[in-house]
Amino acid sequence: MAKIRGAVKVDTEKCKGCSVCLGACPMGVLDLAKEVNGKGYNYCYMKDPEKCIGCASCAIVCPDGVISVYKVKVD
Amino acid sequence: MAELTINDIIKEENLVYKKTKVMTDNVMHYCPGCGHGTTHRLVAEVIEELGIQDKTIGVTPVGCSVLMYNYLDIDMQEAAHGRAPAIATAIKRVMPDKFVFTYQGDGDLAAIGTAETIHSCNRGENITIIFVNNGIYGMTGGQMAPTTLSGMKAVTCPRGRDVNTMGYPLHITELIAQLPNVRFVTRQSVHTPANVRKAKAAIRRAFENQKDGKGGLSFVEIVSNCNSNWKMTAVDANKWMEENTFKEYPLGDIKIDWEIQEGKISLRNRKLDY
Amino acid sequence: MEKELKLMKGNEAIAEAAIRYGADAYFGYPITPQSEVIEYFMEQNPIERTGMVVLQAESEVAAINMVYGAAACGMAAMTSSSSPGFSLKQEGLSYIAGAELPCLVLNVVRGGPGLGTIQPSQSDYFQSTKGGGHGDYRLIVLAPASVQEMYDFVQIGFDLAFKYRNPVLILSDGIIGQMMEKVEIGPQRVRRTMDEVIKQCPWATTGKTANRERNIITSLDLVASRQEEFNRKLVKKYDTIREKEVRCECINCDDADYVFVAYGTSSRLCMKSMDLLRKEGYKVGLVRPITLFPYPSKIIAGLAERVKGFLTIEMSTGQMVEDVMLAVNGKRPVKHYGRVGGVVPTPEEIVDAMKNFMKGE
Ligand SMILES: Cc1ncc(C[n+]2csc(CCOP(=O)(O)OP(=O)(O)O)c2C)c(N)n1
Ligand code: SF4
Ligand code: SF4
Ligand code: SF4
Ligand SMILES: [Mg+2]
Repeated sequence: MAKIRGAVKVDTEKCKGCSVCLGACPMGVLDLAKEVNGKGYNYCYMKDPEKCIGCASCAIVCPDGVISVYKVKVD
Repeated sequence: MAELTINDIIKEENLVYKKTKVMTDNVMHYCPGCGHGTTHRLVAEVIEELGIQDKTIGVTPVGCSVLMYNYLDIDMQEAAHGRAPAIATAIKRVMPDKFVFTYQGDGDLAAIGTAETIHSCNRGENITIIFVNNGIYGMTGGQMAPTTLSGMKAVTCPRGRDVNTMGYPLHITELIAQLPNVRFVTRQSVHTPANVRKAKAAIRRAFENQKDGKGGLSFVEIVSNCNSNWKMTAVDANKWMEENTFKEYPLGDIKIDWEIQEGKISLRNRKLDY
Repeated sequence: MEKELKLMKGNEAIAEAAIRYGADAYFGYPITPQSEVIEYFMEQNPIERTGMVVLQAESEVAAINMVYGAAACGMAAMTSSSSPGFSLKQEGLSYIAGAELPCLVLNVVRGGPGLGTIQPSQSDYFQSTKGGGHGDYRLIVLAPASVQEMYDFVQIGFDLAFKYRNPVLILSDGIIGQMMEKVEIGPQRVRRTMDEVIKQCPWATTGKTANRERNIITSLDLVASRQEEFNRKLVKKYDTIREKEVRCECINCDDADYVFVAYGTSSRLCMKSMDLLRKEGYKVGLVRPITLFPYPSKIIAGLAERVKGFLTIEMSTGQMVEDVMLAVNGKRPVKHYGRVGGVVPTPEEIVDAMKNFMKGE
C-alpha cells in the first residue's frame, strides 16, 4: 500500500518561535526547541518526524515563511 | 526496504512547498505570529502564480507594513499615511496594463485615508486593495482605531472603547461593498491553514479581476491580530480573534462580481446594551 | 513654420501648454481662481488628443498624491490649485521632494490667511520658497508675469523637474491666471512611449523586469545617519540649482539710482511706475526675479554695490523683502511696499511709495 511520508525543513535562524505552526499541524509533528536561535527565539523543529505527511499546513500559516515541505510516496 | 530517513525525504525533487521567489530573503520586522507576514506571502504567491511579477506595482501604507517593499521583489511605492488609494489610482490610470494594489492597515485605510479609500472605490478604479484589520494602531503602540471593538482596551481608550463617545467599530468594508463600481468584497483571515487557503483564493480573484477587462475595484479585508499590542501570545491572540473579532467582523464573501451576497449587509441599529 | 497665436486666459494657457508638452497626467480639484485649468483640460479631452490622463480628484490631498503615484512611474504629472488648496498639497509635496520625484505644480495665489478672499495676492511666497511642508526641502519656483510665461514655464518647469528629480512650482496669482493675452503656441510634442519613459527614468516603478533590481519609491529611512546623508545630498542638489538655474530680468538697472524688486503681477505694475518715474527724471530700475527659488541673490548683491536702495513691491505684508535684505546684507536700505487681502496697488501709489523711499521716509 502506498504511504505518504513528509518532512519539513525549518530555517531555524529566521523562525520567531510564534507557535502558530504547532497548532496548525494535524499530526502533532512540531514543537519548539528548548534551545534558542541567534535572535533568542525557541525555534520550531520536528519532534515527531515519523508522523509528518507533508501536508504543508504548517508552512502556509507560518507568518515568516520559514518552513519548506517535502513529500514522498513510499510503496 | 530500509526505513526512510529525514534526509532521504528532504531532497529537491520531493519539495512540495517553499517560500515564493517573489519574496526577498530579508527577515521581516514583524512581531512573532503577526498576520502581516502571512498576508504579504499570500500576495507574493498570487503574483508568482499569475506570472505578473514584472507587471505588478504595489503601494505600501504608513503602519507596521510600511516596509513591505523590503519583502516583496516587485516595484513598490511608499505612500503618505492613508493616501495609498490615490497613488494607486494614478498608477493604474497612467499604466492600465499593470496590476496595481495597495496594502493598508485599518488606521491607514479607515481613519486618515477614508476619503481616498471611499473615492477610489466609488470611481471603481481597477485595482486591488488589501486591507489588514487588526483593530488597532499597531505601529504607533496600540492606540484605538476606528475598527477597535466596543469595550476593547487600547492605550487611547484605557477603559475600553465607549461607543457613545467614540462610535461603533467602523464597518468600512460593508460601506464600500455598497458602492456600485466595487466588484469584489470579501473578508478573510490568515490564522489557520483553511483560512489561509481561502484568503489566498480571494486575493487571487482580486488580482484576476484586473485582467479580464470588466474593471471594478476588488477589496480584500484580512481580519488579523496584533499580539504585541493586544498583549497576548500569537496563539492566544488568534484564539481571542476567533472568539471576539469574528463576531463583529464575520468572515466570508460580501460581494462577488457586483452582486452583494445574501444576508451579508444588514442595517446595524444602535445597541444600547453593549 | 508659421507661429500660432491664440488669445487665452493664463489658466487655459497652462493646460494647453501641458497637452502640447506631451505631459502624461493632470490631477486637480476645483478652486477659484484656477478652476479654468481643469475645466479647459476636461473640455479638450486630452486622452483623445494625446493620451494624457486627466482626473478630478476628491481633494487637493488626493490630487497631489495622485501626482506622486504617476510621477513615481516616470510620468510627466502635474496638478494645480490656489492658496487654501495649495496648503493641503504640502503633505504630498514634502513626500515628493523626499522621494525625489519630478512634477509640476501651479499655485494661482489668492489672499489669505484662511479662506481669505478669491482676489489675487502674493502672500504664499514664504510657503512656496522655503519648503512649505515638513522637512528640509525646496521647490524650484518659477514666477510668470504674463500669459505667455504661464505657457512657456510649463515646458521649462517639466524640464527642470526631470533634470533635477525635484518638484517645480509655477507661482502665479489670480490676475495672471484670469488675464487674457495673446500667446504664441508651440507645436504638439508626442508623448513618450513606455520604452522612452523607462530609458529616461530607470528608477521608476514601471514593473520589475528580469534585467533589473526592483525599484522602490520611498521617502523613508529609519537610520538617522543615512537620513542625514540623504538630506546632505538634497542640499547639494539645491546648491547646484542655485548655481545654474537662476533666472532674472533686470530692466533699466544700468544707470539706476534706485530699483524696484518685484515678481509676477507686481513686476508688471512696477514697469508702469518705473516709466512714470523716469518721465519725471528719476533713475529707477526694476529687478524681476523669474526664479524665486533659486533666488537671484547674487544679482541683487551686485547691484547693492552701486544703487542707493531697493524697494520691493509685493501683494503681501512683506515676504520676498527678507530675501532681498539677505542679499543686500545691510549695504543699502531695503524697504517693502504692498497691498494685501486681494487689493492690487495702482502704479501711481507705487510711484508715491518710491518717492517716499527715495526721500528716506
Ligand atoms: C500624517 C501622519 N499621522 C500620523 C502618523 C503616525 N502613524 C503611523 S502608523 C499609524 C497608525 C497605523 O495603524 P494601522 O493603519 O492600523 O496599521 P498597523 O500598524 O496596525 O498595521 C499612525 C497614526 C503618521 N505617520 N503620519
Ligand atoms: S510559524 Fe513559523 S515562525 Fe512561527 S514557530 Fe512556526 S516556523 Fe517558527
Ligand atoms: S507538513 Fe503537515 S504533517 Fe508535516 S509538520 Fe507540517 S503540518 Fe505537520
Ligand atoms: S505591532 Fe502588531 S501589527 Fe505591528 S508587527 Fe507587531 S503584532 Fe504586527
Ligand atoms: Mg491596525
